[in-house]
Amino acid sequence: MHRASRVPTLVALTLAAIVGLQACRRKPTPEVVPAPEPAPAPTNSCDAACLRAREDSANRAREATEREAAERRRAAIEAAHSAVTATIYFDYDRSEITDESRAKLDAKVPVLTQNTGVRIRIAGHTDSRGSDEYNLALGQRRAAAAKRYLTDRGIDGGRIEIVSFGEERPSCSDDAESCWSQNRRDEFEITAGEITSVQVSSTSR
Amino acid sequence: MTRLSWVALSVAAIMLAPCERGVAQDSLSQAVRIGLRYDPGSKPGVLVLRVPGANGDSIRAILQRDFDYGDRINVVAADEAGFPDAPTAGRNGNYPVYARLGALALVQATPTAAGLHVAVHDVAQAKVARVKDFPLSGAPNSREWRMAVHAISDELELWITGVRGIAATRIAYVQGKQGSRLYVVDSDGAFPTPVGDHAGALSPSWHPRGTHIAYSLVSSRGCCQIFIADLATGSARQIAAVGNGLNTTPVFAPDAAVIVYTHGEESGTDLFATTAFERGPARRITVGRGTDNTTPAFSPDGRRLAFTSGRLGHPEIYISDADGTNAELLTSYSFGDQNYRANPDWSPDGRLIAFQAQQTDGRFQLNTISLRDRSVKQLTSEGSNEDASWAPDSRHLIFSSTRTGTKQLFVIDSESGRWRQLTRNGGVRLPAWSPPLAR
Repeated sequence: MHRASRVPTLVALTLAAIVGLQACRRKPTPEVVPAPEPAPAPTNSCDAACLRAREDSANRAREATEREAAERRRAAIEAAHSAVTATIYFDYDRSEITDESRAKLDAKVPVLTQNTGVRIRIAGHTDSRGSDEYNLALGQRRAAAAKRYLTDRGIDGGRIEIVSFGEERPSCSDDAESCWSQNRRDEFEITAGEITSVQVSSTSR
Repeated sequence: MTRLSWVALSVAAIMLAPCERGVAQDSLSQAVRIGLRYDPGSKPGVLVLRVPGANGDSIRAILQRDFDYGDRINVVAADEAGFPDAPTAGRNGNYPVYARLGALALVQATPTAAGLHVAVHDVAQAKVARVKDFPLSGAPNSREWRMAVHAISDELELWITGVRGIAATRIAYVQGKQGSRLYVVDSDGAFPTPVGDHAGALSPSWHPRGTHIAYSLVSSRGCCQIFIADLATGSARQIAAVGNGLNTTPVFAPDAAVIVYTHGEESGTDLFATTAFERGPARRITVGRGTDNTTPAFSPDGRRLAFTSGRLGHPEIYISDADGTNAELLTSYSFGDQNYRANPDWSPDGRLIAFQAQQTDGRFQLNTISLRDRSVKQLTSEGSNEDASWAPDSRHLIFSSTRTGTKQLFVIDSESGRWRQLTRNGGVRLPAWSPPLAR
């Protein structure tokens, strides 16, 4: 044998081995692909943990709704209470209901109509001018005028007590119209019952 | 009577000793005054000699002040050292000395075991005109003792002027607001004394014999209920017959058995009556038909009532029969008035009604109106003046006034216009002058 013929055979074998090894190396490794998230599936497809989570979020939503409703109701009750106890004022030596007082009395009517268990006391007051003793009668007349306004609009008179304080319970004591006008008043007090029935609206009047 | 009899009588009078039984001795008939002669329209000068004894100065001061406050006597003061205290010393006595000072009468008081021996001398006639032994009870300078001295002043004034004095009286009133308290004070301002312990008392009114005070009481729940306080015990009893609602301004009828008051419910206020001390129903007097009728005041004979009524649209004074019939308007609009006249009080002699009228500047002034001819006389002009109440002499009035700044009680003489301040604490109102408290 001749030496020169052995070299090309070695080269070919080496080349083949290299190509062969390369081919092995180029083969793709299999990736691990996670399975897709299960979509909100019908119950029959939700396990215990998934049920609990669903219940919690529903509860939270309901609580939020209830809190908002309670808050609106509480505000409505407070507004109704304020309307019922709002003080009305009078002109000097008069017991007629003024236009301003008319609006305040009108606001009391629906609250009293809807809450028949509520009883009130109307207390009439005067300023310090005039005879102390005649002022006791004037205070009574002012309380009676407010009561009549309410009973004319359907409120049962048996639920309304009237009293007078005359000038005996001033809310201020200066000798000036700025104080006298504050004292010429009817005060309203809830003496029994509670306001429970209110109109809860999202729009304000 | 002969001259000798007069002398004997005078000597006997001077040497008179207190009677063993302690009953007051009077040397002349009750009906006889000492008959001083003085010009009508002027006041007789009276000199009160110095009174001996530990409390002599007190007694003398009270007698002098009572005479002065009565406005019927001109008190002649003579306090210089060496001034003769013994009228009958010397031949004609010291009467000429006293006459020169303008004294028509002398009051010579001497303390005794039981009280005070008083001789009143007629200076012009230079002799004792009348003598009496008066009792004095209570510790010296106590409230009771002072009232006993006032009773002496009042009787001496009757001897000298023919009109009984008003010193032995008291004035009921209310102090404060938001818890007003009922008080009684002597007519000279001494011993302001609370009555009971009700806070919120208003509108006191005297029993005709001074034994009780009726008043209304405002509570935290409103005005008012009516009570009668017994001044002897200090206890108060509510009159249940008045019912619920507004019950104010109670007054005793002159017979003391009935109380008339204001009652208000749904529409208007009216006068009602009920029995003061026995259980009895309340009966309506005025039919106001929704108007206000309040602050009743009886005529002294008990047959008529005066009251404030708003039936015209503004407060005016009305009079009616005691059962409410024949109501007629008494006051009327005068130039310069606001339409507001209120709080009548009928003088004890029946002639005049005092009331307050609001002027255009808003202040109230006191007026009197004659029942005979409806003539009106204005009594005050300073400050704002309200709630007049007559003294038993139908001449002086107690009222509240803001003339010194705060609301105080003042006494005014309706004849001369002279006035004096009675109380010192502010916020005093709704006074009522008592009947005579000592006989």
